[in-house]
Amino acid sequence: MSHSTAETTRDASADWPEAIYALLKKYSIRQVALVPDAGHSRLIKRCLADNELHVVSLTTEEEGIALMQGAWLGGQRSVLLMQSSGVGNCINMLSLSTIHRCPMPMLVTMRGDFGEFNPAQIPMGQATQPVLEAVGTLVQRADRPEDVAPCVEATLKFAFNTFRPTATLIGQRVLGAKTFGKDD
Amino acid sequence: MLAESGKIDRRELTRALLADRGGMLVIAGLGAPAWDITAVGDGPQNLPLWGGMGAAAMIGLGLALAQPERRVLVLTGDGEMLMGIGSLATIAHQAPKNLAIVVQDNEHYGETGMQETATRHGTDLVTMAEGAGIKRTMRVTRADEVPPLVQAVRGADGPFFAVVKVDEKSKPLVLPPREGAILQARMREHLLGPEAHLA
Ligand SMILES: Cc1ncc(C[n+]2csc(CCOP(=O)(O)OP(=O)(O)O)c2C)c(N)n1
Ligand SMILES: [Mg+2]
Repeated sequence: MSHSTAETTRDASADWPEAIYALLKKYSIRQVALVPDAGHSRLIKRCLADNELHVVSLTTEEEGIALMQGAWLGGQRSVLLMQSSGVGNCINMLSLSTIHRCPMPMLVTMRGDFGEFNPAQIPMGQATQPVLEAVGTLVQRADRPEDVAPCVEATLKFAFNTFRPTATLIGQRVLGAKTFGKDD
Repeated sequence: MLAESGKIDRRELTRALLADRGGMLVIAGLGAPAWDITAVGDGPQNLPLWGGMGAAAMIGLGLALAQPERRVLVLTGDGEMLMGIGSLATIAHQAPKNLAIVVQDNEHYGETGMQETATRHGTDLVTMAEGAGIKRTMRVTRADEVPPLVQAVRGADGPFFAVVKVDEKSKPLVLPPREGAILQARMREHLLGPEAHLA
C-alpha cells in the first residue's frame, strides 16, 4: 500500500468510478471536460472508450466551464472532471453559469484534504468548498465510497433541474492519500 | 471598410462577416466585439458575452460539438483571446470542422482605457494558433482580404483561425440585452424549439 498511488488503490467498495460512469449515461451527458487527476483515471478511461461522449482534454480547468456553457447553448449536457486545485482556476468563469442560468456539474477529486502529504495542495484543498459556495455552487461531499454515487446523482439533478453550478467533492478518505512512499 | 487610419474598421468587418449569415451562430467576446455584433443586428443566433473573459473560443467549441450541422463563429478581441490562449490547443485537438475564430486585433485593451496588449509588442496570434495545431489560418490587414476571409469563415473544413488588424478607435456603444438568461434561452429555443425550456 505504501507505494501505491491513488489510481492503483483498489478494494471491494472501489467501484465508484463505474457508478459515476453509469450516472453520466443515465443523465444523458454528451461532453466530458477534464484536466486529468489520478483519482479520476478509471472514470476517464471509461469515458474515452465511449464513442457517444466527446471527451475534451483541457489546458486549464476554466476552459471546461466555458465548454459547458457552449454545450448547453447547443442542447448537450456536460460535466467537468478535475482535482480540487483546478477549482481555483474556475471561479470567475463560473459567473457564466450564474448570469445565464446554465447547468454546470463538477466532479472534484480532493487533494489537500484528509492525510495530504504535499504542502502545495493544502491552500486550495482547504479553500475548495468555501470558494465554490461563495460563488453560488451547491456542494456535496463524499467521504465514503458508498456516498459517491448518491452525491454525484444529487449534483447532476441539482444542475439540470435547477440551472446552476453544482459540485461533488470526493474526499481523500475515498481516494487514498498519495504519500510518495512516505507513510509515517 | 477602412477607417481614417487606413486600417480595417471593426464594425464594417463585422457587417461583412455576418451579412447573409444563414444559420451561422455567433459568440462574441466581452466588450467591443459584443457591441459590434449587436450594432449589425441582434437576435437569437447571437450570444454577446458580458463577462467570462477568455471564454469565447471554448464556448464556441462546446456549441460547435453540440451542433455539428451549424457554422459557429467566435468573434473576439486580442485581449480576450490572449486570456484564453490555451483553448487554441484544446480546439486543435478536438478539430471541429464547423468552428471559426476571428480576432479583431486593435493591439489594445479597448474596453478598459486602451492599454496596449502583447500583440502591440510582437506577439503574433496566428503563429500561436498554428503552434497550437490549427492548420487553417489567415492574417488580414487589407480590405481586399476581407471577402476571402468571409468565405473561409463559412467553409466546412475548420477549425479556422484568423487575426484581422483593425483600427483601434472605439465605436459608439450598442448594447445587447443584459439579462443573460434571455440571451441563453433565446439561442436554445432557436436551435431546439420550445422543447428547450422543458429539457
Ligand atoms: C477576468 C477579467 N479581467 C479583466 C477584465 C476587464 N476587461 C474587460 S474588457 C477588457 C479588455 C478586452 O480587450 P480586447 O479583448 O482586446 O477587446 P477590445 O475592447 O480591445 O476590442 C478587460 C481587460 C474582465 N472583465 N475580466
Ligand atoms: Mg483589443
